[in-house]
Amino acid sequence: MQTETPSPYTLPEIKHGFDLTQDQAMIRDMVREFALAEVAPLAHEIDENHRFPEETWKKIVELGLPGIPFPEEYGGSNGGTLAYCLAVEELSRVCGSTGLTLAAHVSLGTFPIYKWGNERLKKAYVPKLIAGEYMGAYGLTEPNAGSDSGGTQTTAVKDGDHYVLNGAKCFITNANYAGTFICTAVTEPGIGAKGISAFVVPRDTKGFRIEKGEQKLGMRGSDWASLVFQDARIPKDHLLGPEGEGFKTFMKTLDGGRVSIAALSLGIAQGAYDVALAYAKEREAFGKHLSELQAVQFKLANMAMDIEASRHLVYHAARLKDANLPYAKEAAMAKLMASECSMRVTYDAIQIHGGYGYSREYPVERMWRDAKLCVIGEGTSEVQRMIISRNILRNS
Amino acid sequence: MKIVACIKRVPTTEAQAKIAGDGKSLDNAGWQYMASFYDEIAVEQAILTKEKLGGEVTVVTLGPSAASKEVREFLARGADTGVILKDDHPSMRDPRATAKALAAKVKALGAEVVFVGRVATDRDHSAVGAMLATYLGWACVTEAIGLELSAGKGVAKRETEHGVETVEFSLPAVITCNKGLNEPRRASLKGIMAVKSKTIAEEAFENVAAQVTVSKVELPPARKAGRIVGEGAAAVPALIEALRGEARIL
Ligand SMILES: Cc1cc2nc3c(=O)[nH]c(=O)nc-3n(C[C@H](O)[C@H](O)[C@H](O)COP(=O)(O)OP(=O)(O)OC[C@H]3O[C@@H](n4cnc5c(N)ncnc54)[C@H](O)[C@@H]3O)c2cc1C
Repeated sequence: MQTETPSPYTLPEIKHGFDLTQDQAMIRDMVREFALAEVAPLAHEIDENHRFPEETWKKIVELGLPGIPFPEEYGGSNGGTLAYCLAVEELSRVCGSTGLTLAAHVSLGTFPIYKWGNERLKKAYVPKLIAGEYMGAYGLTEPNAGSDSGGTQTTAVKDGDHYVLNGAKCFITNANYAGTFICTAVTEPGIGAKGISAFVVPRDTKGFRIEKGEQKLGMRGSDWASLVFQDARIPKDHLLGPEGEGFKTFMKTLDGGRVSIAALSLGIAQGAYDVALAYAKEREAFGKHLSELQAVQFKLANMAMDIEASRHLVYHAARLKDANLPYAKEAAMAKLMASECSMRVTYDAIQIHGGYGYSREYPVERMWRDAKLCVIGEGTSEVQRMIISRNILRNS
Repeated sequence: MKIVACIKRVPTTEAQAKIAGDGKSLDNAGWQYMASFYDEIAVEQAILTKEKLGGEVTVVTLGPSAASKEVREFLARGADTGVILKDDHPSMRDPRATAKALAAKVKALGAEVVFVGRVATDRDHSAVGAMLATYLGWACVTEAIGLELSAGKGVAKRETEHGVETVEFSLPAVITCNKGLNEPRRASLKGIMAVKSKTIAEEAFENVAAQVTVSKVELPPARKAGRIVGEGAAAVPALIEALRGEARIL
């Protein structure tokens, strides 16, 4: 007998304290309510149609979510990294794509300008990015430089008051809706990473264009595209940070980005677990509910433990960042742990659902496809292990 | 204009009802709490009124310190201040005692209009709003689904068995709010961050003895399990027979 698709509206309450402050808990609850009411109902459709839900983005902007970690003078609310991660987690719990949209916009598209931009760049772009006038994108990956981003091939040659960029970027999240693109290019060839600089590229730059992205396995409600530079002229003052420091800037950006991808992973895992738990309590086999079978109980126990451990790492990394303490290693650990947790948990969630889990009628197969991005984007699991081991060995 | 919204902290709809050892109250172990559904509408109407006519919204609750969570939520939505009339045993209060305590506070605040929920979703008395108006000697409009306020007076719509009634009233007044009056907003991020600088005072209230006390609580009888009488068209006669004989609904 076909069991009815569990409505996301009935997902059980998450009962964990985790020492959140009042405002962190309120932000989490507010986003949770919003996610259940406005994001969950679209999750299946945007995945099916490979559609970026502009209407959802508008609501996210109205709620002020893009401004959570930024100060008030830029239109933000100064809520901190942890509160921002809670927002990403809650969105991702019902829709990974929507979590990714926010995470990429804030951590990759906005944060670098706020952190490393000169006053003019900051004033010109950060308030508009926070107010959602347009989105922000971040172009590091190239067709021939992904994990090995030091191997960037896009070039930037100084010409008077401008830099002239040539090259291409691929897999760039939010690109079709972005007003600014933070990109790396080689300003001094032959010296490796130290010859790479970062630029803020306005959308209307002559010689710059956006090309349609490929179909995706998961995160199909998140937008992506390729970027092409053909003698694109970028004003000199759109250099982000000093010349030759672009690679460093981008790596530091990714440290922060990783905490949000970790939160994204955590949300996906929590969502899959919630749905699997509810299903196990409903579905009967051999005259019992699945939840009464020890094999299923043990799966649920492992899932819950995995999520709990990930949550500790994710919140810990976010708190370190909020406290201005070094957090690169912890961010990589949180990202690695939570993303691999999201793969395990979504995989088991499908198993608990059996054939229904394999069908598109149930959300768990989507969650599994979405989770796969988490072990690739902002540094693959292999790259996270490289970062962690480098940090350990450097300090031992 | 000074505006007051009265709210009550009630168990969430998922809370399991279990009779406590004393036989006259519910065991609240493991319960989570929220503001009563209709009180959300009351606070929203208070904020809408402030936005239209200017003024200040105070959220008042009679309840434990823990109710500050619900009060804070309303401050984040746009109310200006919150007051908890600290009551560690709210389940002992009858509507009269609650209304008396609220009336004293409303008077002290110098309010001109008070919004309350139509009913609190835990005890279902539907009495506090009307009693509050009586103690204050104010106009009372119950179960409003529409409202227009202007200087010194107002027009409200009420849904009755027989249709929608439009009533006029003078201020000050107590309005009990029904579903449909408005759509409560979510807290905004700015609101949440601003709560930090707002105060929630905890105050004592004059405790009058309850005239109505609960002597016994019983859970509703458990519903009998359903019975499958057969499958397909062949089962129809048996089903009709069961609906006639056992269930007596045909
Ligand atoms: C949905 C999505 C959104 C994205 N959004 C953005 C974006 O907004 N901006 C952006 O710049 N990029 C974005 N990316 C790109 C993403 O960051 C890269 O795909 C990722 O960094 C991996 O690079 P690659 O695809 O070139 O794989 P490769 O680097 O070619 O890696 C292939 C495999 O080899 C492994 N590998 C590579 N080097 C090593 C090594 N030294 N040791 C061990 N193993 C190694 C990798 O771990 C991986 O398993 C996005 C990707 C996806 C899927």
